[in-house]
Order: sequence, then C-alpha cells, then structure tokens
Amino acid sequence: MDFNDTPAEAAFRAEAQSWLAAHAPAHEMPVGIKLEDTDEAARGRAWMRELYNGGWSGLTFPKALGGRGLSGIEAVIFAEEEGKYHLPKGPFTSIGTGMALPVIAKHGTDEQRARFIEPTLKGDLTWCQLFSEPAAGSDLAALRTKAVRADDGSGDWIINGQKVWSSWAHLTDWGILVVRTDPTVPKHKGLTFFVVDMKTPGIETRPIRQISGMKEFNETFLTDVRIPDANRLGAVGEGWACCMTVLMGERLGSGAHRSGVEPLLDLAARTPAGDGSTMLDDKALRLALADALAEEQGERFFQARLRTMVSKGENPGALAGMIKLAYAGRQQRVLGLGMELRGLDAIAADPADSFTPDLQYDYIYSTVMRIAGGADEVLRNQIAERVLGMPGEVRMDKDIPFEQLK
Amino acid sequence: MDFDLSDEQKMLAEQARGLLAERTPYDHLRKLIDGGAEWDEALWRELGAMGFLGANIPEAHGGLGMTELDLGVISQELGRANAAVPFFSSIVLAADAIRLAGSAAQQAEWLPKLASGEVVACFASAEGPGPVLGPGTVLAQGKLTGTKQPVADAGIASLAVVQVGEGLALVRLDQPGVTRTRLDSFDQLRAHYRIDFAGAEAEAMPGQGVLPTLLDRAAVQAAFEAVGGSEACQQMGLGYVKDRQMFGRPLASYQAIKHKLADVAVAIELAKSNAYFGGWAAEASPADLPAAAAAARLTAIKAFELAARENLQVHGGIGYTFEANCHFYYRRERMLAVIVGNRGYWANRLLNAQPGAQGKAA
Repeated sequence: MDFNDTPAEAAFRAEAQSWLAAHAPAHEMPVGIKLEDTDEAARGRAWMRELYNGGWSGLTFPKALGGRGLSGIEAVIFAEEEGKYHLPKGPFTSIGTGMALPVIAKHGTDEQRARFIEPTLKGDLTWCQLFSEPAAGSDLAALRTKAVRADDGSGDWIINGQKVWSSWAHLTDWGILVVRTDPTVPKHKGLTFFVVDMKTPGIETRPIRQISGMKEFNETFLTDVRIPDANRLGAVGEGWACCMTVLMGERLGSGAHRSGVEPLLDLAARTPAGDGSTMLDDKALRLALADALAEEQGERFFQARLRTMVSKGENPGALAGMIKLAYAGRQQRVLGLGMELRGLDAIAADPADSFTPDLQYDYIYSTVMRIAGGADEVLRNQIAERVLGMPGEVRMDKDIPFEQLK
Repeated sequence: MDFDLSDEQKMLAEQARGLLAERTPYDHLRKLIDGGAEWDEALWRELGAMGFLGANIPEAHGGLGMTELDLGVISQELGRANAAVPFFSSIVLAADAIRLAGSAAQQAEWLPKLASGEVVACFASAEGPGPVLGPGTVLAQGKLTGTKQPVADAGIASLAVVQVGEGLALVRLDQPGVTRTRLDSFDQLRAHYRIDFAGAEAEAMPGQGVLPTLLDRAAVQAAFEAVGGSEACQQMGLGYVKDRQMFGRPLASYQAIKHKLADVAVAIELAKSNAYFGGWAAEASPADLPAAAAAARLTAIKAFELAARENLQVHGGIGYTFEANCHFYYRRERMLAVIVGNRGYWANRLLNAQPGAQGKAA
C-alpha cells in the first residue's frame, strides 16, 4: 500500500502540472458570477480545443481513434490536476467525451468514428443525451419515442416522440438518441440507437423550469424528424447494448466530485452561536459533521481502492455505484444541516451574507444527485444483485411484446 | 498509487482466517459461554506459536516487526471469528503502551513475553460510567491506589498497564495490594473485571503524553476488528436470506431486504477503506493518524452496528435464539463501540485535526 505516485505516475503528473500551469489559467471561470449559458458553453469548447492542441484530449481513448491510449490511472491523475483550476467543464462537453465517444467508438462504423470522434475531441462537436422520457426514467427501456422507416425507399428513419432531462440540448450540436423501432418484441429488444444533428427540422427543445429556478435541463420534442440510416449506431434492435455502454460511462463519471463537508466547517466557524462561541462549538452539530466527514474520507479512500483496481486492469463494476450512492445521500443530509446551522438566515439571507444563497441552491440541487445517473434505489438493487449476488427483481414485463404491456 | 493490501498481507489474512475458521466454529463459542470460560486458551497458545501475537512487536523484542496494517489484517480476522482471546487488551493496548511509553528495561522485560503470549496483560483505564480514561487513580511513591472498572481480560492477565492521569504504570496483578472481582460481561466471550488497587506496587512508565496516540493506534485496530465482524454479519445474513423461502420465493428477492444489505455493504466498504488508510498512516504518515484513526473509528462503529442489527433483523425470530449465531456479534459490536472512547471523543478528534476547525467544545 502506497499513496505516492509510482515514478512513471509522478512523471506524468509533473508533465500535466507544467502544461496546465501554462495553459489553464487563461481559461479559468470568473468566481461568484453566473455566466450566460451560451458563454459557458463557448468557454467549454475553447478549453476542449486547448486540451486537444496540447495532446490532453481523449486520454484513455485508443491512439488509432485520435486519443492518447493511456491507462485509467493516468486519466485520474490528469483529472486531479485539472480539478485544481476552475475550468469551464460541464455536461456541455462531458456528455460528448464521456458518453457519445465511448458508444461511437464501440458500436460505430469506421466511417462514423472518422466523422465524429476527432471533432468531438477538439470541442467542435458538442453533444446532448436524448434518453429519458416522461414515462421512462429508471425504467429506460419503457421508452416510447418511435422510429419507422420512411416510405420513400431512402432508408431514412422518421422519429416521433418526446425526450426529457436533456441537459444543454438547446446549445449542443448533436444528440445521442435511443428510440423504439419494433414494438412487437419485448421491450429491451425493440430499441435502436442513433446520433442526430440537433438542427434537424422537427426538433424543438424547451427549457424546463426547475425547482432551483435554473433552466439547464430541457424537454425535447421530436416531430417527424428524419434521420439518415447512416446515423444509426449498431444494428437495428441493438439499442439497449448501446445504452449500457453509455450508462456505464455515466456511472463512473458520476463518482468524481468535490468535497462537501469541509466548507461547512468554515461556515460553522463563521456562524455565531449567541453566547460568544460559534456554531462550530455546538456539540450536536460537531457529531453530525464529524460523521459526515468520516464518511467522506472513507469514500475518498474507497475511490482510491477502485482506482487501484482500474490501474490493475480490473473493472470495479457495481462497486462504483456505492460511491455515488453514499455521496448523494450524504450531500443532501449535510447541506440540510448547513442550512440549519445558519439559523433563520437560511430561509431569507441578509443581503450581505454571501454564503447562504449558495447553500440554498446546493441544497435544492442535491436532489438531482440522488436521481440522475442511477437513482438511489436502482443503485441499491445493482449492489444487491451484482455485488452481493442476490436475486433480480420480479419482473412483470419479461418476454412480453412491448405493445402488449400495460 | 497502490491502495490495496499486498500479496503478503492477503496471504497473512488467509492464513489467520483459515486457522480461526477451523478452531472457533460457532458451536465452540457456545461451549465457551456455557462453560463460563474466561477465554479460549488453546487458541491463544496457537496464535502465539504461529507468530500472530508478536506481529507488530519489534524483532529485537521477540516479535515479527511487521506494520500496523499487518496487525490490522489479523484484527480483522479475529473480529470475523469473534474469537475469545485477549488480543486487543494484551497486544493492541498493553504491548503498544509499553512500546510507546516504557523504558528500555520495561520493554525488554515484557515485550518478548507478550509477543509469545506467555504473559497476558490487560489495560486498565475506565473507572465506571463515563470517559474511557478515568480520573481517580493515584500513584505515589511507587504505590497505586484506586479502582479501575471494567477491565477486559483481567482474570487471565498477570500484568496490568494502568492509566493514571495522563501517564501509564505497570502493575503485577499477583500481589497483595490487588483485588480482582469478575463482573457480568455484556460480551459473553470477553470476561471483564473490577480491579481494586490498595497501595499496590506499581512502576511508572517514563513516556509522557502518549495516550492520545495509543488510542489512535488502538482505534485503527478496533476499526479493523469491527470491519471483520461486519463482514461476518453480512455473510451470515446473506446466507440466511438466500436460503429462506417466504411467500413462495427467497427472502433475498425482496427489495426491502436487498436494500438493507446494500446499505450494509456500502457502510462496510467505507469503514474498510478508512481502516486501510489508518493502518497505512500509523506507519507512513503519523501526522495524518489522528484524523485517519477518528474517521476509521466513526465509520467502523456505524458499519458494525448496522451490520449486527440488520443481520439479526433479517433472521427474524430465529435470530433471537441462542442457537442462532447473530448474538455473538450483536454483543461484541457494543463492546467495540465503547472500547477506546465513544463517538463524541472521536468526533472531536476528527474535527480538531481539520485546519481551522478547532472548536472550543473539544
């Protein structure tokens, strides 16, 4: 057991540090200012371009496909170093690199790879994810958006339906899309996967008014959208396998996050308790904060164990879901605690209080983490089934054609 | 970075696990309880002969000179087996105290005997309800006066390491000034005693200020032991629910049961990860030890209490019988939860190790 880098890892880290020191500061985001979406997305593209020019894009991607062909541990080291800067990273670029690229690389034709991979690594192409629907969330394979062949002999597909929770769909170039092409077979078997140009006629994105007041998520309506067969990924009816490739990427990606408890210690130290001491002296609060901090540390070292597995070529599989499950629940608990420690100010902050508004927003947003990228309940099922070997759920939809399901 | 046990450590774990699985089946534990046994002496002798007891004691003093992490691997297996041996008292606390605070002569006299298991030592600190470090024992002119209770394994020990204020003293237990009275022990596989010292001959250890570090190091071992116990509960619960049929299907197929055991699994992995780091930091990065030990302690208490409680719960009524095996862990868990300071102590230890977070309440 050794926390230090191996000589090769240390050399890689030094190389990353020196490159980042030269290039990252110019791309850092202003602190404390909410940027316009268009501005943020444009900055994201510019940073991707910088990474590409410097040879830091697609680190784990095969060399033959324009990546660096490095190991997972090197990607982790770069992410750690990159995370020291406040850079424009977000779904507007990470959906492309973390979801679209893996699925195109694995299921795409050579022509599709040539067409999409390099422009994505360069930041020229950004992506959104058109998966969830109003009636298909955790049960994604229940999706209803329908694709049928055009009757003009072109081989094109005509798509109709509605997608939801498509982050940044209004500002991205292309989407990864899963639709139903055959309702006469059981639901997982009738799906097909496409990439779609978001400027195609018939695509309309509408912002969703969220409980946070923000509008980064959309619902996307597809009305007689025509997609050439050349934009199909994988075979007709193999859409579910493509989805699995994407969702595995999402799970591993969701494990990376920033610390949640330490800022609350500062906040507690800045919050008066009324008797000359601060809330950091409150015994009940200390116990709760220490519990959360201990869990957070455990999660950091658990992450280190999983990275060690990755560096040895093992796949952590559903173990990675444990990190997300632990993190999401704790984050909500801790942010709720953070509001309590501020007292009534948590509800209507003094205009001079620069901490509470962030806390309010983060508390609202903490609900997202427990749902997106594998809801708590889905993760618990996966852990029980894949890690503990417990039986799968009793299913009412097995082997029944989709069109006969209630 | 390589955050995994080494191949040697994995072998050590397998070796310990194999021996313990063979020597301490649950029926054997039941027999020990029914016979009112103080301990599993035969197992102790065997652990000594195989070198496990001297794992982290320096080679110069008859041990194997291994690390805290190696010792942790053994603690984890003892926790898994729920073994009735004074390992925590004699090795984790007493021997470590002598290493940290004892004079060269005291170390040379006692460590080899503790490493071989020939002498068992207990660690006497609490004085009834309240903190793990008691306030009332007095050492003056080589005479110790006061009462320590409860003290685990005092009946089989011939030596006591006694906490006196912020210092430590060595006391031989077979002398007129010492009276030992057995107490009813909640953990039926670890005997506990009250020890009255009435002007007993005692020898102060010269090392000062070692108690916080001693507790940190012991907390890491307690965390490993708790992780081992938690894993045993997890396996026992899983085995039962996969087997047990209810309403025409395995109990394990119910989501209420799956989610319970998934939560137990997450708690165990977090605790184990903290324990690993604590074992590593104890040797390689002592400055990180206070926070590492506290985090390991807090998450290990949480994991073991959840695992022990839910294991009994998923067993249903059978879990409440002496014939089932849940109760060994259900009792041991509470002992481990209080053994080297409660949650409040470790919460303060953790927060006080954070830069800028030293509260006054500490």
